[in-house]
Amino acid sequence: MDPTIESPARPQPATEPMLPDPWRVERVHAETADTFSLELTPVGGPRPLAFSPGQFNMLYVFGVGEVPISISGNPEIESPLVHTTRIVGTVTRAMGKLKAGDLLGVRGPYGSGWPVDAAKGRDVVIVAGGLGLAPLRPLIHHLLAHRADYREIALLYGTRTPQDRIFRADLRRWTARRDLQAQVTVDRAVSGWTGHVGVVTKLVAHAPFDPSNTVAFVCGPEVMMRFTLQELQRRGVPPERSHLSLERNMKCAIGFCGHCQYGSMFVCKDGPVFRYDRVRSLMKVREL
Amino acid sequence: MNDIQQLIRKHRFFAGLQESDLELAAGCAANVHFPAGQHLFHEGESADHFYLLRSGRVALEMAVPGRQPVVIETLQAGDVIGWSWLFPPYLWQMDARALLAVRATAFDGKCLREKCASNHDLGYELAMRFAAILTHRLQATRLQLLDVYGSHH
Ligand SMILES: Cc1cc2nc3c(=O)[nH]c(=O)nc-3n(C[C@H](O)[C@H](O)[C@H](O)COP(=O)(O)OP(=O)(O)OC[C@H]3O[C@@H](n4cnc5c(N)ncnc54)[C@H](O)[C@@H]3O)c2cc1C
Ligand code: FES
Repeated sequence: MDPTIESPARPQPATEPMLPDPWRVERVHAETADTFSLELTPVGGPRPLAFSPGQFNMLYVFGVGEVPISISGNPEIESPLVHTTRIVGTVTRAMGKLKAGDLLGVRGPYGSGWPVDAAKGRDVVIVAGGLGLAPLRPLIHHLLAHRADYREIALLYGTRTPQDRIFRADLRRWTARRDLQAQVTVDRAVSGWTGHVGVVTKLVAHAPFDPSNTVAFVCGPEVMMRFTLQELQRRGVPPERSHLSLERNMKCAIGFCGHCQYGSMFVCKDGPVFRYDRVRSLMKVREL
Repeated sequence: MNDIQQLIRKHRFFAGLQESDLELAAGCAANVHFPAGQHLFHEGESADHFYLLRSGRVALEMAVPGRQPVVIETLQAGDVIGWSWLFPPYLWQMDARALLAVRATAFDGKCLREKCASNHDLGYELAMRFAAILTHRLQATRLQLLDVYGSHH
C-alpha cells in the first residue's frame, strides 16, 4: 500500500456544526493529580458518536466555555464516550469539578484521525509523551482489535515521574501482552521504580521495528515530538511515514474563524493529525 | 575468529568496524554476568572497564547522603556503559547497578588504551564512537532536565 495514503472518509459531526448536544457524566476517573477522564453518555437515549482514532470534540462546560479535547476512549465500542483532560485554565478547571450526573455540551467529532490504513502490513511505532497518550489510546485499541493487520507494534511512553502516567490499568495490560512491545520511561524515578529512566526519545533506538517498513505515530508536547521525530529519522523512518498530532487554540473547529491557522492550514480541519513532512518547516517557527 | 569477536561484531557499537580492529578489541574483552541488584561499579572506584550490554537493565545512580540513591538514567541491551576508562584520572563518576539480571561484554580499559596508543586507527574509531555516544546522552539529559512533558510547549 502507498505509504503516504491518508485516512479514508472520517466520521462527521453528529450535531449541528456550532450547537453542542447535552451529554451526561457517568463516571469521573482521576488519572493523576491534575488529569481526569470523563465517561459520557448522550442525554435522551442511545445516540452513539462514531469517531476515528485521533479526532477530537468541542466540550462545552455550560456557562463557562468551550475547549477542544481529544477522544481518548475505545473506538471499537459504542459507549461511553471518553475524554481525558488536564486542568490548565478556566474551562478545564470547571470541567474538573464535574461529577457523575452533571451535563456537558459535546459537538463533534472533528479533525483528521491517525491514518491507520497507512500502517496496514507494516511495523508500527507509537511514541507518546505525558498527556499525549490520550489521543493515541483509541489508536492502540484499534490496532489491537485488528492485530492481524499489522506486524510489530511498539508503544513508547514517557512521563515526568511514575505518578504522571495516565491510563495505568491499560499500561499494565499492554506491557503484559506479547503482541505489543510497550515500554514506559520516566525522567525521575521514585523509590521502587524498576522501569526505564530517561527521556522517551532514548527508547526509539531500542524499539523492535524495521525502519524501512514502519509507520510512526507521535503525540506529546511539541519539543518532545520534534526530538522524537529526529530520533525516528536517525533510525531510518522517513518523515512521510511519521504522523503527529498538533494543538492550536481553537474556537469554531470547523474551519471558519481562522483561530487555529498553521501556515496555510487549519489545525481543526486539516489536522490535528498531520504527516510530518507537511508541517516540518512550520514546527521550527517560534511564533506563528 | 573467537566467540567474543563473533558476539561484539553484532553489537551496534562496533557496527562497520574492520575485522582486524574487532579482533584487537576482542582481545581485551570477556563476557560477564551480574544478577539483579548487584553493582557493576561504584563511584570513585578505578574505572578499568567499559561494558557492552547484551541483555538486562542497568541503573546509573548517584549516592545522596541520607536518601535513596538517585537514578539518573537506565541503560538496556544495545547500550554502552562507561567512558571514564578513556580519560584520566580513570575513576567512575557514578554507581551502576543491575536492575534486571545483566549479560554484558566487559572490555579492559588499560588493555584497550595500550592498543589504541599503538594503533591510532583503532584509537580514532573508538574515540569517535564514544564521542557520538557522549553527544547523544548529553542531548537526552538536556531533554530530561527540560521537563518536556509537564507543561504545554
Ligand atoms: C485538537 C486539540 C486536542 C486537544 N486535546 C486535549 C486533550 O485530550 N486533553 C487536554 O487536557 N487538552 C487537550 N487540548 C488542549 C485543551 O484544549 C486546552 O488545554 C484547553 O483549551 C485549555 O482551556 P482552559 O480554559 O482550561 O485554559 P485557558 O484559561 O484558556 O488557558 C490556561 C493556560 O493554558 C494555556 N493553554 C490553553 N490551551 C492550550 C493549548 N491548546 N496548548 C497549550 N497551552 C494551552 C494558556 O496559554 C494558558 O497559559 C487539545 C487541544 C487541541 C487543539
Ligand atoms: S478553529 Fe476556527 S478555523 Fe479552526
